This record gives sequence, C-alpha cells and structure tokens, in this order.
Amino acid sequence: MDTDRERHRARETAFYLFTQQSLPACKPVLTPGWVIAIFLFMGVIFIPVGLITLRASHCVVEIVDRYDIDCVPEPSRMDKVSYIQDDSIPKNCSHFMKVHKYMKAPIYIYYQLDNYYQNHRRYVKSRSDKQLLDGQKYHDTSSCQPVESNNNRPIVPCGLIAWSLFNDTFEFIREGAELKVNRKNIAWKSDRGHKFGKNVYPFNFQNGTLIGGGKLNPEIPLSDQEDLIVWMRTSALPSFRKLYGRIEEDLDVDDVVVVNLMNNYNTYSFGGKKKLVLSTSSWLGGKNDFLGHACVFVGCSSLTLAIIFMLLHVKYRRPYGDMSYLPWNRKSFSG
Amino acid sequence: MVGGRRKKQHFSRIHAFTCGKAYFRGDHSLIGGPGFSRVVYCNDPECFEASLLNYGGNYVRSTKYTLATFFPKSLFEQFRRVANFYFLICAILSFTPLSPYSSISNVLPLVVVIGATMGKEAVEDWKRKKQDIEMNNRKVKVHQGDGRFEHTKWMDLKVGDIVKVEKDEFFPADLILLSSSYEEAICYVETMNLDGETNLKLKQALEATSSLHEDSSFQNFKAVIRCEDPNANLYSFVGSLEFRKEQYPLSPQQLLLRDSKLRNTDYIFGAVIFTGHDTKVIQNSTEPPSKRSKIERRMDKIVYVLFALLVLLSVIGSIFFGIATREDLENGKMTRWYLRPDETTIYYDPERATVAAILQFLTALMLYSYLIPISLYVSIEVVKVLQSIFINQDLHMYYEEADKPARARTSNLNEELGQVDTILSDKTGTLTCNSMEFIKCSVAGTSYGRGITEVEKALAWRKVSPLAQDVTEEEGQVEEFKKEKPSVKGFNFLDERIMNGNWIKEPRADVIQKFLLLLAVCHTAIPEVDEEAGRTSYEAESPDEAAFVVAARELGFEFYERTQTRISFYEFDPLSGKKVERSYNLLNILEFSSSRKRMSVIVRNEEGKLLLLCKGADSVMFERLAKSGQEFAELTKEHIAEYADAGLRTLVIAYREIDEQEYVEFNEQFTEAKNLVSADREEMIEEAAGKIERDLILLGATAVEDKLQNGVPDCIDKLAQAGIKIWVLTGDKMETAINIGFACSLLRQGMKQIVINPETPEIKALEKSDDKSAAAAAFKASVLQQIAEGKRLLSSSNKDSEAVALIVDGKSLTYALEDDVKDNFLELAIGCASVICCRSSPKQKALVTRLVKSKTGSTTLAIGDGANDVGMLQEADIGVGISGVEGMQAVMSSDIAIAQFRFLERLLLVHGHWCYRRISSMICYFFYKNIAFGFTIFFYEIYASFSGQAVYNDWFLSLYNVFFTSLPVIALGVFDQDVSSRLCLKFPPLYQEGIQNVLFSWLRILAWLFNGVLSATIIFFFCIRAMQHQAFRKGGEVVGLEILGATMYTCVVWVVNCQMALSISYFTYIQHLFIWGGIVFWYIFLIAYGAIDPDISTSAYQVFIEACAPSGLYWLLTLLVLIASLLPYFAYSAIQMRFFPLYHQMIQWIRSDGQTDDPEYCHIVRQRSLSHTTVGYTARFEAKSKSSKERARDH
Repeated sequence: MDTDRERHRARETAFYLFTQQSLPACKPVLTPGWVIAIFLFMGVIFIPVGLITLRASHCVVEIVDRYDIDCVPEPSRMDKVSYIQDDSIPKNCSHFMKVHKYMKAPIYIYYQLDNYYQNHRRYVKSRSDKQLLDGQKYHDTSSCQPVESNNNRPIVPCGLIAWSLFNDTFEFIREGAELKVNRKNIAWKSDRGHKFGKNVYPFNFQNGTLIGGGKLNPEIPLSDQEDLIVWMRTSALPSFRKLYGRIEEDLDVDDVVVVNLMNNYNTYSFGGKKKLVLSTSSWLGGKNDFLGHACVFVGCSSLTLAIIFMLLHVKYRRPYGDMSYLPWNRKSFSG
Repeated sequence: MVGGRRKKQHFSRIHAFTCGKAYFRGDHSLIGGPGFSRVVYCNDPECFEASLLNYGGNYVRSTKYTLATFFPKSLFEQFRRVANFYFLICAILSFTPLSPYSSISNVLPLVVVIGATMGKEAVEDWKRKKQDIEMNNRKVKVHQGDGRFEHTKWMDLKVGDIVKVEKDEFFPADLILLSSSYEEAICYVETMNLDGETNLKLKQALEATSSLHEDSSFQNFKAVIRCEDPNANLYSFVGSLEFRKEQYPLSPQQLLLRDSKLRNTDYIFGAVIFTGHDTKVIQNSTEPPSKRSKIERRMDKIVYVLFALLVLLSVIGSIFFGIATREDLENGKMTRWYLRPDETTIYYDPERATVAAILQFLTALMLYSYLIPISLYVSIEVVKVLQSIFINQDLHMYYEEADKPARARTSNLNEELGQVDTILSDKTGTLTCNSMEFIKCSVAGTSYGRGITEVEKALAWRKVSPLAQDVTEEEGQVEEFKKEKPSVKGFNFLDERIMNGNWIKEPRADVIQKFLLLLAVCHTAIPEVDEEAGRTSYEAESPDEAAFVVAARELGFEFYERTQTRISFYEFDPLSGKKVERSYNLLNILEFSSSRKRMSVIVRNEEGKLLLLCKGADSVMFERLAKSGQEFAELTKEHIAEYADAGLRTLVIAYREIDEQEYVEFNEQFTEAKNLVSADREEMIEEAAGKIERDLILLGATAVEDKLQNGVPDCIDKLAQAGIKIWVLTGDKMETAINIGFACSLLRQGMKQIVINPETPEIKALEKSDDKSAAAAAFKASVLQQIAEGKRLLSSSNKDSEAVALIVDGKSLTYALEDDVKDNFLELAIGCASVICCRSSPKQKALVTRLVKSKTGSTTLAIGDGANDVGMLQEADIGVGISGVEGMQAVMSSDIAIAQFRFLERLLLVHGHWCYRRISSMICYFFYKNIAFGFTIFFYEIYASFSGQAVYNDWFLSLYNVFFTSLPVIALGVFDQDVSSRLCLKFPPLYQEGIQNVLFSWLRILAWLFNGVLSATIIFFFCIRAMQHQAFRKGGEVVGLEILGATMYTCVVWVVNCQMALSISYFTYIQHLFIWGGIVFWYIFLIAYGAIDPDISTSAYQVFIEACAPSGLYWLLTLLVLIASLLPYFAYSAIQMRFFPLYHQMIQWIRSDGQTDDPEYCHIVRQRSLSHTTVGYTARFEAKSKSSKERARDH
C-alpha cells in the first residue's frame, strides 16, 4: 500500500521535474583537468594499439606479382588487345615467384585487378538475384540487361557480372611438385547457402556472339561454382583482390614457386593490371600498415595536444570571469 | 421584477442622450440601392419572398480544411516548400531507371515526413472544428410562432428570426434590437470580444417597437428591415424598419453584434439580420499575419546554399562521368568491355555521352539529396511544438489567481524569443494593473499615508542585498508594510492619524473634513448597493475616480446614491460617533477634458450654501487659487513633487463658495453654451466653466498609485540588464506616462529628458485659426527642431555616458513618423536609454513598431493587453498578449499569451534563451550530420567513376535521417540546457548571446558545415585506406562493396551521434537513451535487416553477423575513425572553453567551480559583462550610490 503510494508520488515528481525541465542531469564541463586527462588517455590507448596493429601487419607475408605484361609475348606487346582476343594463340604463361620469408599455411591466393570498375552502377545492377536462386523458373530478368537472353532463350546466370567472369587460372609448382590448391570454401557461406540455388545449373551461358569472360561447367549447380560466387560479390573500389584459393602447405624462405597460368582475361583494352598475390593472414587480416600508422598518429597527436594544452593552461592563468573578449564587449572596445 | 429594475442607476440618467428618437440622415436614402439591398422579413423567415433571397445560414466554419479539401490543400501547402518539392521530384524520378536507389526506399521517408506534417495540420484543424461545433450548437430562444419561444441551435437561425437573448448570453448573430426588459428598451452590451473594451455600451431600440415586452406580443409581429449588405465596418450601420406601414430609420444604436454579450439586462428581443459569415465580426476577422523567425529565414538560406552545393557536386560528377563514358568506346573499340558500351541504353551511351552526362546529373541530384535533411522541417516543427508545451507547462509562468498558464499560440517564434532587442510595451493593463489605489494625500500642508509603492518596494529590496552600501532608511517600515496588505481594492492608505475617525483630532480637522467631502461628492461615479452585504461598490468612468470614492468611503464619507439632481452619502459624525445621512443638490457637472485637466461639481449643501468643488492637475490648479487660498501651497507643491517621483498620480483638491448671484449668471451662460449647436460649443462651455473655476481655496492633494503589476520593476530591471531596450507606448497622458516611467525605473531623477512636445502658444494660435496647413507646417518644423536639439544633447551626454530619456507625445509622433523625419527620429530614439511615447493611437503604436523593426533590423517584441494593441502585436516580430482583464482581443492576435508582465522575464531570459540555443544548435547539427553523410557518398563516387552507385544499401540511405540520427537531434532541440533556469535569471547578460546572434552566425554555421566535411573526409579515407584490398579477417576474405558500406555507415552513425554527445553539456536519461539508443538501434537494425530474406535485404544480407562482427578490423576501425573524427572538434572546443569561453561557458565554469552561491563573485561576473545598463532600478541604484559617494567626498 505504502510502496504503491510512494511509487505514485515518485512518478508524479518525475513528471513534475520533466515538465519543469529540471530533470536530474549530468552536466559535464570541459575543465582543463578533464581535457588533459582525456587527451592523455587517448594517447595512452592509441599508441600501443597502433603498435600492436602494425606488428600484426608486419607479421603478414605477402608476395605480389604482376603478370599482365610479362605474359604477353614480346611481339604482341604493341597490340595486347588483339593478342588477348585472338583465340587461336595459346595463352599459357609461366612465372616465378620467390618467397622471401617463411609463409605459414594457409597461404591465400588472390588475383588482383586494378582500374576495373566493378562498382560501376550499370555493372552492379546487372544481375538477377532471383534467377541466381531460382534459375529459369524466374523469368523477369530485365535487370540483367544487356546480357539477358540469347537466341530468345534466357541466360543463366544472366547479367554483366556473370558474363564478365574472371577466367585466368593458376597452377603452382614448387621444386617440381605441384602445390595443392584448395579452391573450396572461398566464397561466403551465406552466398552459397541462400543466394545461389542448389538446383540451378548454368544455361545458355556465354553462347552469344560476344564472349565476355569465363565459361561455366553446366553440370555443376551455381551454389558450387565458387569462382562465380566470389566474382559476383562486387568489389568496393576499382582496385580489388579476390580470393582464388588456398595453399595448404608452408612455404620456406627462398622457395621458388613456378606459376603456370592461363592469361585469358582481357584487361588490356582498358589498361587494367593483373596481379597474383600470395599472402598469409593475421588476426587483422592481410598486410596493411595504414591502420597502425593512423592509430599511432592519433595517439601521438593526442599526447601533443595534451602537452600543449597543459603548457598554455599554466602560462595563461586568468580568472574565468574576465569578460573583456565577449563578442559584444570586443565590439564595443574596438568601436 | 419592475421594482428591481427601477433600483438600478443608469449612466443614461447622468449623461444626456436622446431617447429613441432618430432621424433619417443622408445615407438612408441609399437604402435599396447597390450595397444596401438586404431585405429582412422579421418574424417570417419562411415566407416566399424571404426564401427567394436565400441568405446563408448561421453556421460558422473557422477550419482551414474540410474533409474533401484536406488532402489536395494540405499537400499543396507541403510541396510549396522548396525542399519538400525537391524531394517530391526525387521521389517521382526514383521510379525511372535514373534512380540510384530503389524507389520504395526513397518514397517512404518522404511519406513519413509529409504524413507527420499533415497529421499535425489535421489535429490542429480538428481542434478548430471542435470549437466550431461547440459554437454552432449553442442554444438560443427563437420565436416559433404563436408567441412561443423555444431553444434552437445557433446554426439553425435564419435571417428574420426573432430571438430572445437573456442576461449574460452572447448574441448568436447580428440583431436589430426590438425591445428589452427595460421600459426605455435599452440594454447594456459588453463588446469585449470585438474591441477589447470592458466598459458597457448602451444600446436602445426604436420607440416604435419598445413596447413589445412579452413573448406573446410577437405572435402577430410583422416588420420588414431594409439595410446595407454585409460589411466589416463595426461602427456604422444604415437601415430602415417598416413597421405598421411606417418607416423608421435604423442606426448602429439598434445593432447588436454577434460575439458581444448582454449585460445588466434581463432579456432582449431582437431580429436576426446578418447570419453566419455575413456577421460583422466574422467579416472583420482577418487572417493573422504569419510570422517566421529570423533563424528560420536564415535556415532557408542555408538550405539554398546546400542546394547550390548539391548542384555543384552533381555537375562535377556528371562531367567526370561524361568523360569516362565517352572513353568507353575508342575508335569503335570497347575499352571497359565489361560494361558492354556497344549495347547500352541512353544512360551510358558513349556515343551520346553529353546526353548521358545530363541524365547522370539528375541521378546525382537524387544521390546527393542526403546533403539536404529531408526531416529538417518536420523535426523543427515537432521540436517547436514540444518547446511550446514546455512553455505552457511552466509553473513559474502560471498565474494562480486567475488560473492562467502561459500559452504559446504559435510555436513558430520560440527561438525568436531569445533574440529580442527591443520591447515595445503598452502601459495600462500591461505594466500596470489598471487599478488605482489611493495611497497618499496631503491635506492642509501635512502629508498623510504610509502606503508603499511597487517602486519603493523594489528599491528597498535592492537595498537589503549585501552589495548596497548606504542602507539607512525605512528598512523596518518595509517589513511592517508587508504584513498589512491592503484589503480593499483601490485603497492602500495607511495612516492612523486619519483613519477610524481619528482625523478629528488633527489640528486642521476642518480642512480634512472638506477634503474628504470633496472626494465623496466631486465625481461622476455611480454607486451599486449590494443590499445583502451592506456594501456599496462604484462604477466609474476612470479608475482614479473610483479610487477617490472608495477612499472617501473608507475614511467615513460613504457615497451611496445618485440621481440626476442629488448626491447622497453617509457622513461619519465624529461628535456623535454615528453615521449621518447627508444629501447635496447637484446643480452642475463641469466635466473633465484633456484640455481643461480638471473637473468640478457645483452643489448646494443642506444649509443652502453653494459650493464649487474642484479637482485637477497641479499645472492648472495652482494658477486658479485665490490669494487667500494659498495657505498650504508651498508645502503641497513639495509633497506633489515627492509623490510624483515615487510614481504616483497627483491631483490638487480645491473648493470655493459661490454666491447666488454669481451662480445664476454662470448657469445662464453655461446652459446657453450647452444648448448651442455649433462648432465652438466646447469652447463656449470651457469658457463658462473657466469663469467660475477661479479664486479657489486649496485643500490639499491626492496621490493615487497607478498600481504596477507585481514584480514589474524587478522584471524591467532584469530585462535591462539583459541589454533589452524597453519602449513604452501608451495612449495615456504625458504626465501619467512619465509617472509610470519613474515607477518602473525607466526614468529616474537626474536623467536627462528630451521631451518632444511642441505645444507652443504660437502653434496653438495657428491651430485656432483656420489655416490648418500652416499650423501643421509650423508643428512639423518645431518637431524637427526638437529632434535636432535632442540629438545634440544626446551626443554631448554620450561623452559623459549619461542616460537620456526620450518622451514623445502622440501628435509630435505623427510628424516624427513621416517618411522624411523618421530616420532622424529613430536615430535619436535608439540613442536614448528609454523611450516613452504617450497619447499614441493604436495605429501609431503599430507604426513605431514597424519603424523599429524595419530600420534597425533587430527583433522587436510588442506586449499589450487591449484591443488598441492589436496592430502593434501583429506588426512586431513577436506579439505577447497579456491575458488580463481587458478582453481577449490582444490575446487572440498575439503569438504568446502570458498572464502577467513579470512572466516576460522568464519567458525571454529562460525559455527564449533556451529555445534560441536549442533551435540554432539543432539546425547547425542537422546540417552537420547531413553534410558528413552526403560527402561520404560523394567521395565514394570518385572511386566509382561517378556512375551513381551508392556505397550504402538503399535502406541505410533512406533511414539515415528518419531513424538513426533524428531522435538525438530532437532531444537536443527539446531538452538541451546550457545553463539552468536559475542561472539564466541570475546572469541576465547571457541573453546577449541571442541578441548578438552568437550561436547562429554565418561563421558558426560555416564552421559546422566544415566540420561535417572534415568528418566525412576522415571517415571515408580512413575506411577505404584501412580496407583497401587486403583481407580484412583471419579467414582471408576481402572487402566487398556491401562490407565497406556497412563499415562506413557504422562509422558515420557513431561519429554523428558522439559529435552530438560532445556538443551538448546536459545529459538527462533522455539524452542518454536517444544518443546511445540511436547507435544500438543501428546494430539491431543491421542484424534484423540482415536476417531477412536476401530478396529484400539484398546486399545487406547477413553482412554484420557473417562478415563484420567477427572481424577485429571492423571494430578497431570504428573506434579509430570515431576518435579521429572527433578529435579536431574536441581540441577546438577545449581550447575555446578554456581560453575564449562564451558567456554561457563562463557560467558553466562558475557552476562547476561551485561559485554560484558566492554573491560577491557573481556580482563581479555580472558587472563586468554589463556593457552599459542604463535603465532599471539597478542602474538607478548605482546612479544614486555614485552621487551619494560624490557628495560624501565633497564634504
């Protein structure tokens, strides 16, 4: 009974305080003490974090090998486009990669394309998620234009992204023995499970007059075509890497890896580069010093600001009540 | 009933007025012609002729919309706003392939925003509708035939109906008065709702119909009224009544207007002539001018700036896009073959790259639309409504005695309240209560009365404060007076020497007796005896007079009856100690006029002696005294000066005995003058009166306090400290106005006064002659000259930093407001510490307001309570109505209504300051968050070859403004407080922040926009550099478009919300809930949206659960970006707070140091910031203590 009344009263006072705009409030003021403490705290947090991040990045071993020019035979280098478009010339090509540091498995294989606008609006929109999931049962593929149908029959998978599928292939040989490349589980699980149909098979694919990129095996359902799935996750930036597979053996220092590759994909007409990347990973992923540098930078600037502020604070002691530089007073003084 | 009726006294008995006789005047010949075609068949509204006329019903609609017009009309209103129209275009375009995002995600926010605004409109209109329903369903008795009157709804009234309106009921339509409960067929009408005047107006029916007293007499009543067509003129009416085959002219005297009220009359019968929208009051109602605050106007400009920015970005984008697209085909060969430039739609066609670029421009316009906050207008509206609720709810502005809270009638102007530069105040009813209190008197050279005025109270209170140095006098007395509150209205006199019959013991008891007698007799008040309570109350034309009669009553001379020829009163006879009945024959009343400045009565007392009793202003009275009657003149003059300085209204009281012969002569002349019908009638009367009002014998003087409202001097002082200029515009006499100026400390002794009042004898003479234009020219020349002189005085006193006051009278004002003079006049007025305009008409008040508003460009606030202030209230940037006694007219046309002047202090210093701060920071923040968001989208375009691909998922885009960032802004707009209300009032100079517009200067706005760009830059480049192309998790997965989008969006939500947390300094649980809730909500949304079928969630499918959350980089990056984006602002605000604090920040310092309770310290802070307070009692006190110090030094 009593508690009820009390609760009622409490509610009433709360309402009163609310309407009178006098709710209990926390009113932090940026006193010099707080400011210096916060700056110092930021410095103390970010410098170590940055160093840890940098260390993680340095632990990652990464080998980048650009092959798009080297893989075009000398005589064709003047006109790389016709070379790549000429189906009669064999496109195989060998490259050597030297391991400069011990690489612990798994070693991720990426191909990297530069100046390739996978994030172009026309490109990004040119796909049909419904068709990828349901196959030919789904008819409305207008979004896939201009790679929608061929000979009045629908293309599965339709759209520019699928049509321009990357089709260079790589084989790795170390000391005469082929390195085993695991090409399973390179795509996101949610894509395999929910976006690409288990019973959808490629159909009428790359049958047009103009053939874009790679072909697909019509016997394998889309959900198992991991190269396609990886490719279909459009990249964010015009320079991007995509996962090709994993080498599940360690590579030692000074190992030389011979890469036998099929240089099929045309990046020459738009001046794109192709690179092959072998990289290990840390808890932060691949090699990138930026985050570490940024953290250290932020930490250092915080510390510097703390020191500057402290010095200024000590040097210019002044009562808070000095009003002489209030805007309206300043005006009247000058005028 | 008849007996009861007789008992009352009527004004009609004292004021001569012709009874029911009227003549056809010139304009009656117009009846029947164009504009005068209305024909009303009284008591027969259903007859054939009437049905042909088909006048409208009495249904009145005040709503803006009807059910049918609501949608089209309100939609139209909505899309008239440029921003909304732009979003509409975007929404339409989003259905075309141009759209960078899905149409539904774009349309939904627009629908939400427009829906919310329309919902608000609908609710407001529904309220009006309910009022209409109540009004239209009121009942009135209507004649149903056979002499039966039955209750009928107002809306069912028809032209020609006979209605019976009873006491204290409103008239349902415009009526012609036929008869009333009085024999003379008169009735009293209160027109408060029309013109704000509370005094009763007398109406009288035609003699021909005045005998229709009973219900049954209307059984066979038939008459035809022909009159003018409906028009808006309240004070004119032309018509004729055909009754029993005779024509009678009708005048406004017979017209009863809708919305006025029947008073003091039991019932009336009337014929309906105008119904519904034809009635004069509704014809008169104009749409109040819609006002917008300065901040909002500036906000529009910012929106235009952003539009310009938007177009600029779009142009840049489309140019680059056009170039890139053109290069897709090089000599017929495809470069970016994966885009299939050979087989493309117009939007990407390399061969028509220019067209594609132009179309891309439209896409970009849509994509960057996030630069312009779609929810800005609706958020501001919501915030303002909530702010108004807080204003309405504030108990400190609730007037308990009248049960009246403050009421913000329009919520548009809340923030304008924080920027008021000049207050233009009415006097009567605003500064004063409009009630006079008899407080002091000087009789026979002795000053009586220890009553204390509001000014003295304020001064005394000030002296008690520890800072005062010379607290010497009267402190004890103050305490005493607080206990003895005046119990009688209009009487605040305390002096045991006179009260309770003690005056008889005074040395000059004979003079005192005459003095009191004069107070009881010399007036035109009418007594109303309440027999049950045995008390008499008085109804007088002016409240001064009522105060005199009350004073006389309280001191033993109780006036209780008046007839045409006789004044009766009880006199306390001190010898017998009993009440004795006296009655004097009233012979003449020489009425008060502004030129005479006095009034007299001539009476014959019971002994048959003729007495002339006279009271008047000191300026005219002293020169009329007899040589022998100047016994106390010197002392009285001294007292009068003293009273006047205390802000009291003084009158000199004198009398003389007249011999029969003289009276007979006078009466002859006077009667003759009165019966004159010529232009100089007034003059003749004056002359006659002047002849007899001479050789007076001085009795003494009275001092009446025009009672200031509670706390007015204190409030004015605070407002003056806040740097607000206060002008008083009053219709009162100059003397009264000056008195009040003293009372409110707007004027003080030692202040130089520039009086512009060129009433020189030459001009008067010119005026008397027929040459009006010469008089006007001379007048104007003299005004000009006085203004020039004033300016000279002003510049000389500016050097000595002395305060100058300007006092202008209405007539001079007419000339001063002429186009060629007004700039000069304004310059002078602005230089003066206080300005008082007296005798100004409502129109002049409005003109002065407009002058100040338009010429200085500063924000003006007008405050008033009467119908005469309406123009001023509507003209000013903000009109504040006092919901006092003088009707509702001012309140109805005001923007904010308060019950007492003193609430203005809290309204401006607290709510005004808060609202100003809230709205301005809210708008700045709004633009900040949208710039920050919009620029990340733009930056991304650089990396997507300007193709229009958004980095974020469609729904992330569209919900940004509506969900993730809007609630904290609203919390900011509604709840933020830089300084608590107590400190706002303690440090009035804080208000200067609003006047100087410190918080919403262009510099500050641009700084916020820059901060937005900076945040966007840091967010975008940190994100893309950190997530460039390497794996972002242990598992080697790389970043796709959707992951970068989600990460960047997370950063934006964090940064924007934390920026808000950083920029406010007031956290209640509401802020915590909204800010942190906004962030948590983003994650919840991300999870929930990601869990939906990929059909709907598309690229956001499982992006958080599967990709982002397990990645350390994602979290670390969020933290880093957050800190890095906020660091510049934090450093800036820390340095500013420490080294260049704004005033509110200083107060925050003081508060956090716990020094607010140290009065010495606070005083110093206040003093230093007071640039130059020149009015108010603080200034007055300062001036006084300064001069006393100087005096002490001299000794």
